[in-house]
Amino acid sequence: MTDTWFSKVRAKLNQGDSFLTRDLGTLFSGDTLDDDALELLEERLLLADAGVEATGTLIATLSSEIHHGRVRNEGQLREALRKALLEILLPVSTPLDIPPFIKPFIVFVVGVNGAGKTTTIGKLAHRYKSQGRKVMLAAGDTFRAAAVQQLTTWAERTGTPISAQGEGADSASVIFDAVQAARSRQLDVVIADTAGRLHTQGHLMEELRKIKRVLQKHDPYAPHEVLLVVDGTTGGNALVQAVQFHEAVGLTGLVITKLDGTAKGGIVLAIAKRLALPIRYVGVGEGIDDLRPFDARQYVDALMNTPETVT
Amino acid sequence: MFDSLSQRLSGVLDSIRGQGRLTEEQVATASRELRMALLEADVALPVVRDFITRIKERAVGAEVTKSLTPGQQFLKVVQQELTATLGGESAPLNLRAQPPVVILMAGLQGSGKTTTTGKLARRLTEIDKKKVMVVSCDVYRPAAIEQLRVVAGQVGVACFPSSVGQKPGAIADAALAEARKQFMDVLIVDTAGRTTIDAEMMAEIAALHQQLKPAETLFVVDSMTGQDAANTAKAFSEAVALTGVVLTKVDGDSRGGAALSVRQVTGKPIKFLGVGEKSDKLEVFHPDRIANRILGQGDMLSLIEETTRKVDQDKAAKLVEKLKKNKRFDLDDFRDQMAQMQNMGSMESLLDKLPGGAQMQAQLKSADAEKQVRRTMAILNSMTPQERRFPDLLKASRKRRIAKGSGVEVQQVNQLLRQFESTRDMMKKFAGGGMAKLMRGLGGRMPKGMLPPPR
Repeated sequence: MTDTWFSKVRAKLNQGDSFLTRDLGTLFSGDTLDDDALELLEERLLLADAGVEATGTLIATLSSEIHHGRVRNEGQLREALRKALLEILLPVSTPLDIPPFIKPFIVFVVGVNGAGKTTTIGKLAHRYKSQGRKVMLAAGDTFRAAAVQQLTTWAERTGTPISAQGEGADSASVIFDAVQAARSRQLDVVIADTAGRLHTQGHLMEELRKIKRVLQKHDPYAPHEVLLVVDGTTGGNALVQAVQFHEAVGLTGLVITKLDGTAKGGIVLAIAKRLALPIRYVGVGEGIDDLRPFDARQYVDALMNTPETVT
Repeated sequence: MFDSLSQRLSGVLDSIRGQGRLTEEQVATASRELRMALLEADVALPVVRDFITRIKERAVGAEVTKSLTPGQQFLKVVQQELTATLGGESAPLNLRAQPPVVILMAGLQGSGKTTTTGKLARRLTEIDKKKVMVVSCDVYRPAAIEQLRVVAGQVGVACFPSSVGQKPGAIADAALAEARKQFMDVLIVDTAGRTTIDAEMMAEIAALHQQLKPAETLFVVDSMTGQDAANTAKAFSEAVALTGVVLTKVDGDSRGGAALSVRQVTGKPIKFLGVGEKSDKLEVFHPDRIANRILGQGDMLSLIEETTRKVDQDKAAKLVEKLKKNKRFDLDDFRDQMAQMQNMGSMESLLDKLPGGAQMQAQLKSADAEKQVRRTMAILNSMTPQERRFPDLLKASRKRRIAKGSGVEVQQVNQLLRQFESTRDMMKKFAGGGMAKLMRGLGGRMPKGMLPPPR
């Protein structure tokens, strides 16, 4: 599985070629690095949405390595870059661990409109189910037209039960009911969908807080995981979103979707640099298997297009 | 979160004074700051480079007007160029074709195509008085067709039924035939979201375009998109001949650099802005507003709109009535005012929209304005109705009680009363001279540009 996933990310991120490092070798004349090499790297990082801050850090690290004379050839530059990237990404690479003693484990999914929440939930349900867990979905998006149907389709596809009420129902009560049902049926995981909302809309953020409060009547520690779904093509606003959602409901992890669309995926760096939130999953396609746990090493390898390490 | 460009520029440029023209050196320094500001606003790098070259040409040697600092002068050049690049004025939809006029929607997943289709249908029906039919060719995403059907029902337009098993091309053909039969004026074709690197899907939309020969092909793009906006726009404009752009989710707080990227790359006008989830939240594009937003200059118009929306007009009118009748302004009215202030939302979000708001925000952080307002409300609520109506009743013992009731010191109660008195004095003037006089009085004290220009 690892191999296919790895090559998939790599193929999708780079279209078979690394935007970041494809011609690093040409930047050297003899054993000295061209002056504009760093500028070129900086530019590429910016182009990949790595953001001004993460790019600055990376370039600063690299230039200090170079000044100390530790980078004299392509291999060393690659290694230095790899190390600098890992330094940013490793701290946020913590997979979601669902302990068996919490039942039902409540996963609460939030995000702005069109980030890919419902699709992510469908894929998550498939994932947990194939791990042998009993999953239930809660159709908490009662606002957008046909959102409930969309989730229902996913429920049928993955063969998981779904708890839904009609459009316009109270989101908190739908999710509360789902948890109650899951408890009486002794299910392992409840994944709760919510309506997409822009983080600038105070009343909608308040609604999220309410849902959380209501859930805590079941279990004071609920929801056990609050995932923010971020569209991988989003620019700097992703950070603002994360901060606002965190303030409202206290995020515990991130899902970054549509990385296949960006061909770059640098936003992962910007987010990792700015927020100490674990990136739980990344989405790289529309297929049901295209959501995978985030692994910093593999991701960096994919970014840099280093030959697959033989394991 | 970000420093506004004016702040950055004034730091760099305002130390240099007394020169008549912007020098090359100054422009180069300022351009570096501009580059960072544009990148932070998510403008795509190639577009930034292009833009800066043009700015340099225009700015070097530009005369610094007496009333402006070099930084402000540079900013003015940038603003003008940005507004011009974004498109001088709004371009209306081209509906001059043989009906049914076909409008094709294209874009990435989750950019807001279906929602925009609904909004557009409503706009065309209500404002342009057209007979509109919509159809979904999204046979991939679960419940996408159902979503459009519901949206169409909400805005009251016809929706051509399609189903998942069909081919998008076949659906489009059938819909067009049906629209012709029913003498529809406009047919809006919603498509599935697609990534530009999916060659198969891009071929599909190109084929749809070929087949439908739409009068308008609108590219729907999320205003929060980052660097990728340029690539996406390029790929789409290569696959199909775009005629316009719809920028969605503008009601968020992204800086909207995507607008500049897309506009520059496609060369097509931005026609509409999506500014909310409801079906009437589609606005005609204003270049200057987005220009200011990209530069972090604050969106004055949005602020004014927001304020008028949130201030309780009835209450304000009542207060004016009351003052006119020469009744006194009492603590009850004062409390109403405070409540309205709370209503306007957090001070910070308000200041965010003001030019130079970022600086004020930093100062306010220590003062914590919202806490102040909350405390004031608490003190006011601890008074009896009678005390509020006749503030002169408040003597030492009552003040002690109020302080206890609201958990503050007596000094703070006194402070509030002083604040109230000065407000009352102002209100007296206001009642005497009317609104115009007050605004004139205020005008002198407010920073430039805060008041809307007189019409």
